[in-house]
Amino acid sequence: MRSLLSFVPGLGHAQHGRTGRGVILALVWLALLSVAVFGRARVAQAFSTPTPEEIRAGSVWSGPDAKAAVIVLYAGLVLIPVFSAWDCRRLRRGAPGRRVGESQWKAVYRRFGRNPVARTGLGLVLVLYAVALLAPLLAPHDPNAQVDIVETRYLAPGSVHVTDAGSRSFLLGTDKFGRDVLSRIIYGSRISLTIGFVAVGIAVTLGTLLGALAGYFGGKTDWLIMRFVDVLMAFPRIFLVLTLIAIYRPSIWLIVAVIGATAWMGVARIVRGQILSLKEQEFMQAARALGMPHARVILRHVLPNTISPVIVAASLMIGDVILTEATLSFLGLGVQPPTASWGNLINQGRDNLLGAWWIATFPGLAIVATVVSYNLLGDGLRDALDPRLKS
Amino acid sequence: MIRFVIRRILVSIPLIWALATLTFFIVRMAPGDPLAMYYNPEIDPSVMETLRVRLGLDQPIHVQYVKWLGALAQGELGVSFGRHRPVAEILAETIPNTLNLTIFSLALILVVGTAVGVVSAVRQYSLLDNVTTLSALFIYSMPGFWLGLMLIILFSLKLRWLPASGMESVNAEFLSAGARFLDHVRHLILPAFVLGIASAASVARYVRGSLLEVIRQDYVRTARAKGLSEGRVILRHALVNALIPVITLLGLYLPFLLSGAVVTETIFGWPGMGRLTINAIFQRDYPIVMATNLIAGVMVVAGNLLADVLYGVVDPRIRYE
Repeated sequence: MRSLLSFVPGLGHAQHGRTGRGVILALVWLALLSVAVFGRARVAQAFSTPTPEEIRAGSVWSGPDAKAAVIVLYAGLVLIPVFSAWDCRRLRRGAPGRRVGESQWKAVYRRFGRNPVARTGLGLVLVLYAVALLAPLLAPHDPNAQVDIVETRYLAPGSVHVTDAGSRSFLLGTDKFGRDVLSRIIYGSRISLTIGFVAVGIAVTLGTLLGALAGYFGGKTDWLIMRFVDVLMAFPRIFLVLTLIAIYRPSIWLIVAVIGATAWMGVARIVRGQILSLKEQEFMQAARALGMPHARVILRHVLPNTISPVIVAASLMIGDVILTEATLSFLGLGVQPPTASWGNLINQGRDNLLGAWWIATFPGLAIVATVVSYNLLGDGLRDALDPRLKS
Repeated sequence: MIRFVIRRILVSIPLIWALATLTFFIVRMAPGDPLAMYYNPEIDPSVMETLRVRLGLDQPIHVQYVKWLGALAQGELGVSFGRHRPVAEILAETIPNTLNLTIFSLALILVVGTAVGVVSAVRQYSLLDNVTTLSALFIYSMPGFWLGLMLIILFSLKLRWLPASGMESVNAEFLSAGARFLDHVRHLILPAFVLGIASAASVARYVRGSLLEVIRQDYVRTARAKGLSEGRVILRHALVNALIPVITLLGLYLPFLLSGAVVTETIFGWPGMGRLTINAIFQRDYPIVMATNLIAGVMVVAGNLLADVLYGVVDPRIRYE
């Protein structure tokens, strides 16, 4: 019964005598789930980056179906937490207050919330993700539509192109092939944000794992792993990344894998250092003395204590990874056109720097804004998670 | 001290060996035929086989590895597939250009970074300090290639003050020595600025922090109590000590600058190692890619060594056991 209560939406409301509310909640959930299940093809379409073949075959992502699916999904994602929070607060209002001590995460949350810089960073990052996810709704044009290339190429920002079919305005101008720069920047944000997140995920996982192994077991394992770290650190990273990517054919997943696989060394050093100092503490001896297997000691007792510096390092790394991806795409070794990414948009702008300065300028501003947001968020997280590090 | 340096050099040798090995296997395990560029309907397949044998590509990978390592130990870097010239010869032409750019940039980093750092430490929390803090944030977050393009648009294309690419003007050979030097410096300004600006921002942050710490110490108060002018107290007494941690950083900026040089040289058409690497990568010219990777790695190891040694030189309190 308890497990049912926690899984079926609305059942708890019914049990507390609020059947109407419960039924509504259950229906909303049902509607959302059915959209998610039956409309998954459309949703996937709206969220995916199309292949060059799909782009040539015609517009696939800005159809009304895809837009509707995205709207429903978004409404659900935003409305349900808001409703739950409101409901919880209402239920709690009459209940007697419980007095509990402040947990570590609560303290972090409080410090983070008090820091205006951190809040700004978080807000900006959330806005950027919203833009990336809502791209089909926000982009004024199809990012790959070329319409009448003779008339619409190299239009200056703010120009309006009038035809018999109606007028099209280009807020940030058009590129060499008459495509809308603003729409391409909006769609390009998906690449940068996805790569930033996934590559950092890979780097953090690898770094934490190897750092934990090195620090926990020490001895030969430690020596081997840390010497490997030394060797990889001795390469200027871009050389390693460029070589690896150039050898294989550039694709988005290769870029993510290579950036992730060459960025983990810092995290490994941090985790190892933390574990070396943790190893001396009594709770570790206690855990071992209780006969726990190594895996359990590492996962349950060691790693949770190393998580703060890792989160800080990761959030500061995302900006760096986004810059690396942009550099690769700029050099022509990253995301390949016609798929829009900020780096290759800037590269295309090089063809006509003097005549069409807007093509290279605006994607760069988007990169700067994104990386600044992540750096602000990272600084805020550092101040909140580890007040001793505050500069 | 000398024993420490020797020991550090000895420790670096296995590191460089590991670098070389990793480079070799990354490049050689790659799919794709390095001879692909020679394939041509007019070339007889038997000639291709001869070529393969001549380049040593017919042998098993471990044999190739041992041979390559042996040659490397004698300073032999092989022959470029694409340019049919010894790699060492090509590198001898390009590395000085990269060093030229990097050293100019390093000087810029040190001078600009220190000056800005000192001013923002002396006037802590002033408008200037806040502006530099904020601009440092933006400079860190800026892709170097984009900054380069923006500067080219502004200074080269619109204002026509500085040249956009190359190391010298076309007519440089006919200029007098002084004019030729000036011409070279004009070509250096934009790339060196783009390459160094991010590091300069971080040097400024370090100098500021370190100077603020030093200023609070007793001997600075003593110097002030003696009646020394504020400028002399800051520059002669405080700054010298505040620069100690910064000096050691300079060695660590080397990998950063080398990475930056890849992009900067590509944008500004600077004939250095970075552009060479990019071109070689697009042409699958493995000997050059391996050599530049290795040299970049060796430079980083040397930079770290330099940082360690400098630390002992500028701060006698540091002892090497």
